[in-house]
Order: sequence, then structure tokens, then C-alpha cells
Amino acid sequence: MAGQLSIAKALNGALRKSLENDPKTVLMGEDIGKLGGVFRITDGLQKDFGDDRVMDTPLAESGIMGTAIGLALRGYRPVVEIQFDGFVYPAFDQIVSQLAKMHARALGHVKMPVTVRIPFGGGIGAVEHHSESHEAYFAHTAGLRVVSPSNAHDAHWMLRQAIESDDPVIFLEPKRRYWDKGEVGEDPMLPLHSARIVRPGTDATLIAYGPMVKVCQEAAQAAEEDGRHLEVVDLRSLSPIDFPTLEESLKRTGRGIVVHEAPVFLGLGAELAARLTERCFYHLEAPILRVGGYHAPYPPSRVEETYLPDLDRVLDAVDRALAY
Amino acid sequence: MTVKSTTRARKKAAPGVPDKASAGSAAPELVQLLTPEGERVEHPDYPLTVTPEELRALYRDLVLVRRFDAEATSLQRQGELGLWASLLGQEAAQVGSGRAMRPGDYAFPTYREHGVAWCRDVDPLNLLGMFRGVNNGGWDPNEKNFHLYTIVIGAQTLHATGYAMGITKDGTDDAVIAYFGDGASSQGDVNEAFTFASVYNSPVVFFCQNNQWAISEPTTVQTRIPLYRRASGFGFPGVRVDGNDVLACLAVTRWALDRARTGQGPVLVEAFTYRMGAHTTSDDPTRYRQSEETEAWKAKDPILRLKAHLEKEGLGDEAFFAEVEAESEKLGLRVREGVRSMPDPDPTLIFDHVYTEQHPLVDEERAEYEAYAASFEGEQH
Repeated sequence: MAGQLSIAKALNGALRKSLENDPKTVLMGEDIGKLGGVFRITDGLQKDFGDDRVMDTPLAESGIMGTAIGLALRGYRPVVEIQFDGFVYPAFDQIVSQLAKMHARALGHVKMPVTVRIPFGGGIGAVEHHSESHEAYFAHTAGLRVVSPSNAHDAHWMLRQAIESDDPVIFLEPKRRYWDKGEVGEDPMLPLHSARIVRPGTDATLIAYGPMVKVCQEAAQAAEEDGRHLEVVDLRSLSPIDFPTLEESLKRTGRGIVVHEAPVFLGLGAELAARLTERCFYHLEAPILRVGGYHAPYPPSRVEETYLPDLDRVLDAVDRALAY
Repeated sequence: MTVKSTTRARKKAAPGVPDKASAGSAAPELVQLLTPEGERVEHPDYPLTVTPEELRALYRDLVLVRRFDAEATSLQRQGELGLWASLLGQEAAQVGSGRAMRPGDYAFPTYREHGVAWCRDVDPLNLLGMFRGVNNGGWDPNEKNFHLYTIVIGAQTLHATGYAMGITKDGTDDAVIAYFGDGASSQGDVNEAFTFASVYNSPVVFFCQNNQWAISEPTTVQTRIPLYRRASGFGFPGVRVDGNDVLACLAVTRWALDRARTGQGPVLVEAFTYRMGAHTTSDDPTRYRQSEETEAWKAKDPILRLKAHLEKEGLGDEAFFAEVEAESEKLGLRVREGVRSMPDPDPTLIFDHVYTEQHPLVDEERAEYEAYAASFEGEQH
């Protein structure tokens, strides 16, 4: 896969490969057929694989999830597209009470190889319910795996790995980065649930995933000009979390800042801060800080820049961490 | 105006007050092949030929299922089960529909489908595991094509529909039954299942046991029209069958399954029946319904009417009835002993099968628990 691909195209290629490789893989969602999805992630797939494998569904998210579970019970490997993050809530019971628990309830007799693709996060000037970051709900639910890529390479390979998983995977696509381009390599390079140090540094570790990885890389670049060497870790997997990679980094830098769009209160950063403090207590020079959304509904788009963490808010947290 | 008419309708449909026009009325659309008095009647649309052996086998099913259910209720009272959801009164709806299925068909039950489980040859002891608290289901659904009990009301109708969509993709002639109740008919999931099954023309039979009560709420709280008529708005047929008539349930479900398996799409079957017992052993029906109503339904008992028929037609002699009775005693004993000797699981069951593949957090927490548990070893208690 030579050349630069957008995240959207990388995802499209991953779905195409998955459909080619396994006749039991089916795609389900609203407007994913002729339209190719509202973000065109499934562009051209129904034309090439037929409407039996790329299915436009009725506009009912619980119905999509529930029937995907039934298809999985029949031996299929459904890949579901939820059109926007805010529309997944009608399917919440089917995801957290049915999909996540089925394997355990059946004492392992059935598997739920279902991938739920959700474009998530803000920053695109959308109307209400189109900019949610709900990863904590899903990461909090045992039985689900939760991942989020930040670049084209990971988008392609992590989606293929997610579809191949026999467990249900919530696949969170950073929608504001859909058009960012990058190289997609010939092999995945990492297992699905490994984190990656995307920029080495010595003074503090920035931990991010999905859309915030780019913000953290930019912040680290800016800090470099002030002589501060920030490490950036792309978490990639939110359940399970690759704690060994994070611990190793924190023990070197002594300072950690978690950055996500989701509200700080009881967000993924809370769990990361608590666990990393337990594991790295004697190595820390400062408490692990968090930068994220506020405890308020996602705001109207004209003020979303205030709500979303940006380079300055990340650097402000870096200042505070270094001040200890 | 609207308020006034709503009030009137509610008032008219109050429990124990029969109202032929209301959702709770059985007349006049009910398909019946065996009257409460045990008379065999014909229905032009649902012909049924049953041999004496088949009739006796159905009788046996009904008696054994009722016996199993009674035993489970007793076991709950004795503290052996945490809870039990009795099917008392609904044996014919479950045995009739269950026996209409072929081996390749698949059933998606609620938590009350003990009679269907019986027909699918699921060991009754397996059903008691979740009510005793030793597992959350635990049988292999694919072994007998009988899915795990689903407790969130109506969620399984979507699983059934998805499974049926898979059958269509596979091109086989299997079919699916989605079981649910009158209360579930209000759930979004059930209405979404109707939509999906309809537009994909899926081979699924929606089998609604209208037992008149969703815990304390009468059917009139769920609907202003007879439930079977809901189907027409979704574009497939609905039939109301006498749910206490095992022959009618058998004939109508067989017709619906055959229709589904030959590519003619879903059917809604409303089995009009009655929950003779409490919702579960935790419920107290004396708080919300009148005993006159329950007494009236006793006269429509599904087992008595088949027994009357067998006796009247000379198809079952005393020896036969005694034999079934003896078998039910044996079943009761097996269930009692089986439940009492059911071991508590090892606590590390908590960590089993959370995921199919390795998950570091689960592994870590298991190791932490095991180390904690081991720290008590050798201590005096």
C-alpha cells in the first residue's frame, strides 16, 4: 500500500480486505450502501460485494446491534457502522447487556465477533449529538474491547485486527482526522492492544489516543522550542490498556499528563492517573494531570474550541506538572 | 374529548370486567381446535391431523412440564432457588409451539420458556442454574438450537431476527421463533425486530404469549388494539390463537414456520393465555388482580381439556394416565435431587469467559484475587 492515504481511505481499504478475506464478514449500517456512508468510509463496497454483504439497515440503532448479535450467533462476523457517536445510545442495552456479556453467559459456548465502528469526537463544527466522546462507558464494560487509531496506518491495520478478533470491539474513529493523510505500511507492526511511543522525550509523558495524539505531538513540538523534551504515547487501545509501556515511560520522565476530549470527570484519564500512581508512585515528581472536556454537555460548535483540549491547554498542564 | 375517551376505555378494561371490544378480549378472532370441554373442532385455515400417539405425547409433555415447574416453585420456597418464574397456565402455548419446530429451527426464549426448553430437549436442570445462582445461563445454545434465557424484556427478538437474516444468507430452510410477552410488545426492540424482519423478509415467527399480565400491569396498559393486529402495520400477518389449546398452538405455529421457511416472511402469533401464578416467586398478584379472574381461567386449563378429549375419545386409559403420573413423580425427584446436589461454582468462575482471548486486566485481577485468597490458607476458622 504505497503512498499517502487518508484515514478514511485506509479504513475503506481495511473493510474491503476483510470482506475479501472472509465470506462471513458482513457490513451493516445506515446509508452505508449506495451513499458509502455519511463519511464515505464504505464507499464502493456495496457495488463490489453486493447488498447481501453490505447492508443498508432501517434507522434503528438498537435494531442494528441486536440483529448483528443474531448474525454472529449464526456464524457471521458483522461490522456495524453507527453513523455518529451520539446515535449509539439507543443501542446501549444491546451493546453493554447483550453483546458484551453473551460469551460469559454462555460459559464460552458462543462467541461475539462483532466490530462496532463509531466516528467519535468533536472539532468538525457539527450540530448537537455529533461530537461525543463516550469511550469511558464502553471501556468500563467488561467483555468489550475498545480501540481508537490516530493515523492512517493504524486505522487500516487496527480495523482489520478488530474484525478478526473473536471478541466484540468498539472501534472509535477520530472523525476530525478522517482526511489526515499518512503512509500505510505492509504489516500491522503491533498487536491490536499495544500502545506506541510516537515521540520520545525525557521531561514529561503526554498520553493520548485518537484525535488528541496530533494535538499532543504539536504541543511537544512547541515545547521543544522552549527546551522541554516531551514524550508522546499513543494509547491506541483503551481496553485493555497497555500499562507496561506507560509505566516504563512514566518511570523515565516522572511526570504524566493524560489528554482526551471526553470530560475529565471519571474519564479514561482518571483510571490512568490512579493506576499509574499506584504503579509508579516512587518515580513520580508530580501528580498525573488530566486535560479534557468539561462537565457540561458538548457545547454549540461556535464555542467548541473552548471545550476541546488544544495545544495551549496541554502546555499549560505541562507547566503545572513541571512546577512541582 | 381525548382525555375523556381514554378514561372511559381504561375504566371499561378494568381487571375482572369483561369487555369484548378491548385488547383483553378473546372473542371473536381466536383460532381454536380443542374447546375447553375437550371437543375437537375444525378451523378452515389451520387443518391439523394428529395421531393418538401424538396426542398422548402432547399430554405427557404438558404434564411433565407442569410438574417440573411446580417442583421449581417448591424448590424456591425451600430456599434452593433464589427466584423462579413459573409458566403455570402457559404449558399449551409453549408445548404446542415448541413441538411445531423442526430440529434445525432455533428458539430465542424469555426467562419463562421452560416448556419450549423441554421440547428442545434441554435438560431441565440446566434451566435452574441461573435461578439458583450458579451461572447466568450456561448451556450451549447451539447444542439444541435453544438460546439462553434473556431477561431484558424483548432484547432477544432482535437476536432472533438477526439469526433469521443469517438463515436467509445461508439459503437453508430453517426458521426461528422469537418468544416474548404482552409487556414486551411495548418495547422498542420488539418493534424494531418487526421492522427488520419485515423489510428483510426474514424467516422468523414472533410468538407472543399474551398472558394478560406484565407483572402488575394488564394488557390494556400496553395496547389499545388486540396485539396480533400490530403485525398489519409492519406488513405481515398476525394470528390470535387460543393459547390454552395445544393443538391450535401446534397447527398455527407449524403453519407460520412453514410459511417462514418457504420465503414468505414473518408472522406474529398471539397466543391468548393466562399467567395462573405470580410473575415470579417474588411477586404478589393479590395486590393487583381479582381471584375471580384467575378462577375463570381455571376452567380453560390446557391439560384438563386434552385429558377430557383423550378420555372422551378413548385414546388414553387409566394405565396411560398412571404411567404419565409416575413419570412426573420421577422427574420431580430428579429435579429435587439434582438441584440440591448442584455445587456452588469456584469463585474464580468470575474471571472465566469474560473474553475469548487474553485480556491483561482480567488476568491481573484473577491473580490478585488468587493471591488474596491464598493468604488465608492454613488459618483457623
